[in-house]
Amino acid sequence: MALLEVSGATKLYGQLRALDGVDLSVEVGTFHGLIGPNGSGKSTLLKSIAGAHFPTTGAIRFDGADITQLPPYQRARSGLSLKFQITAVLAELSVYDNVLLALQSLEGNWSLLFSRSRKRLDADVMHALERFRLADRADNLAGELSHGEQQWLEIAMALAPRPKLLLLDEPTGGMSPEERRVTGELLAPIRSECALVIVEHDLDFFKNICDRLTVLD
Amino acid sequence: MDAAARPSTLRKAGLPAKRPLRVLPVIELAVLVVLVAAPVVLSGRAELITLMTNVIILSLLAISFDLCWGFSGIMSFGQALFFGVAGYVVALVGRDLDFSQLWGTLPLAMLVGGLLAAALVAFLLLGRKAPSSIFVAFGTLTGAYAAERLVAGWQYVGAGNGLSAIKLMGFGSFEFVERVEFYSVVLTALVLVYAASRWLVRSQLGLVLAGMRQNEERLAFFGYRVQVFKALVFSFAGVIAGLSGALYSYHQGFTGPSNLGPGLSTTAVIYCLFGGSGTLIDPVLGTAAIELLNYVLADTDAIRQFWPVILGVVLLVVVMFQPTGLLGLVVSARERIGSFGVRRRPG
Ligand SMILES: Nc1ncnc2c1ncn2[C@@H]1O[C@H](COP(=O)(O)OP(=O)(O)O)[C@@H](O)[C@H]1O
Ligand SMILES: [Mg+2]
Repeated sequence: MALLEVSGATKLYGQLRALDGVDLSVEVGTFHGLIGPNGSGKSTLLKSIAGAHFPTTGAIRFDGADITQLPPYQRARSGLSLKFQITAVLAELSVYDNVLLALQSLEGNWSLLFSRSRKRLDADVMHALERFRLADRADNLAGELSHGEQQWLEIAMALAPRPKLLLLDEPTGGMSPEERRVTGELLAPIRSECALVIVEHDLDFFKNICDRLTVLD
Repeated sequence: MDAAARPSTLRKAGLPAKRPLRVLPVIELAVLVVLVAAPVVLSGRAELITLMTNVIILSLLAISFDLCWGFSGIMSFGQALFFGVAGYVVALVGRDLDFSQLWGTLPLAMLVGGLLAAALVAFLLLGRKAPSSIFVAFGTLTGAYAAERLVAGWQYVGAGNGLSAIKLMGFGSFEFVERVEFYSVVLTALVLVYAASRWLVRSQLGLVLAGMRQNEERLAFFGYRVQVFKALVFSFAGVIAGLSGALYSYHQGFTGPSNLGPGLSTTAVIYCLFGGSGTLIDPVLGTAAIELLNYVLADTDAIRQFWPVILGVVLLVVVMFQPTGLLGLVVSARERIGSFGVRRRPG
């Protein structure tokens, strides 16, 4: 059975039909590309999957459960992770604390209150930062990073809690060609960890890393 | 710069963040020294000890508001509700049960404040949909208003006259009248509350609060149920407000309906905004600044008449031109928010 199964998802914004009966199926361990012109509903689809809004009609199944009506925090806990199209790092926190915040989301409230995992998670935070070439920047505020670095930080954060499915909405938006190439390299090893749905405009980028492609129009 | 070289160059150029000079611990220490030295320096000036005692008690209330607003983004116009109810409870326990031992009544007051806050916040925050901050502000305001009206019409608790001649706070056979002994109790309470609050906001849970203040929506997508964190902090703030209210009743020897209404709730907001919300020391400084000014100007009849107007104007200026309050002049945003990892000492 597929990890993610979207069936007949429709989203209406007033009169506007942002999604019209979309089906999408993502298998464990696959990289799935999502492509389509501006305004074709790619972001709307990813947001419906992550729970930023509910689809008007249709159903979403994830990891064997119906999550169509679950609030975002429960979807995140069941292993869904989203990087929004618009970067939303926590600008006034350090790069380190951004990743720690993402990582410690798996801890219980009491553990957080007594800071039980602060020491234990340190190595994981640094590992995540090194992986996305941000280790030197750990003590900088996230808001001080370049746009490309912020995108990497977001991916590092989205990946930190070990999701089963990672949703990336235009992770290379605003990047230089070189940064884009590096991003492709950084994403490739993720395959062994989780499935991926990625929105991109660059077909070459897709060719290099994706197994399947869905076109929205 | 060659585009191809960009990522690695950027990494090299990434300066290790300068460790900014830390001002907060210095301020905290200075405040502690002043508060500990005060009874020695002011011995013989009983009215000043009374004033300082009042300042400390009210700063507890201001801290409880700051935990809600400055740390959790909950605009509470109802902190006096927990303060006032706890104040009535210790007064009634004194009157009807003839009991005023501080080891019993102060924890009772904290329990009452905490439970009341938990009940109100569960009602306001923990519904299926996250409420708007306006809803919460009105909800807390309405709670305080309703309580004030209710108490003002309730004979058993003295109705509009309140309760006077409250049994003195005691410990064993010792009775705390005003003066240095009472001052020592409230100063101890402040130090304990401050330490506990500081520990809370610097914990990993504090990191969640810091993230929540910046982007509440984003945190839900990390798997945090933000309303639960708000509810926890709000309940803890209720505990502090309860303690503050009990001490206030004992100190004044009187409590009345206005101690649990929107008026006093708003005063707490003002103390905190004046100091600059978002650090724990600012409510203490804000309370001290306003109450000392109030005291100095109280002698001058001409000024006293206009005092509320002056206070209003000063506050307006602070809120409009110095939104981070007095403390924002010396404490950087970076230090105020702090850092939470192990690599540097938290705080
Ligand atoms: N919150 C919203 N309210 C109203 N219309 C929206 C909203 N979000 C997106 N839309 C509209 O829905 C359509 C799909 O948008 P989007 O999913 O962002 O497309 P894409 O990501 O493929 O560029 C667009 O026409 C857009 O204007
Ligand atoms: Mg989009």
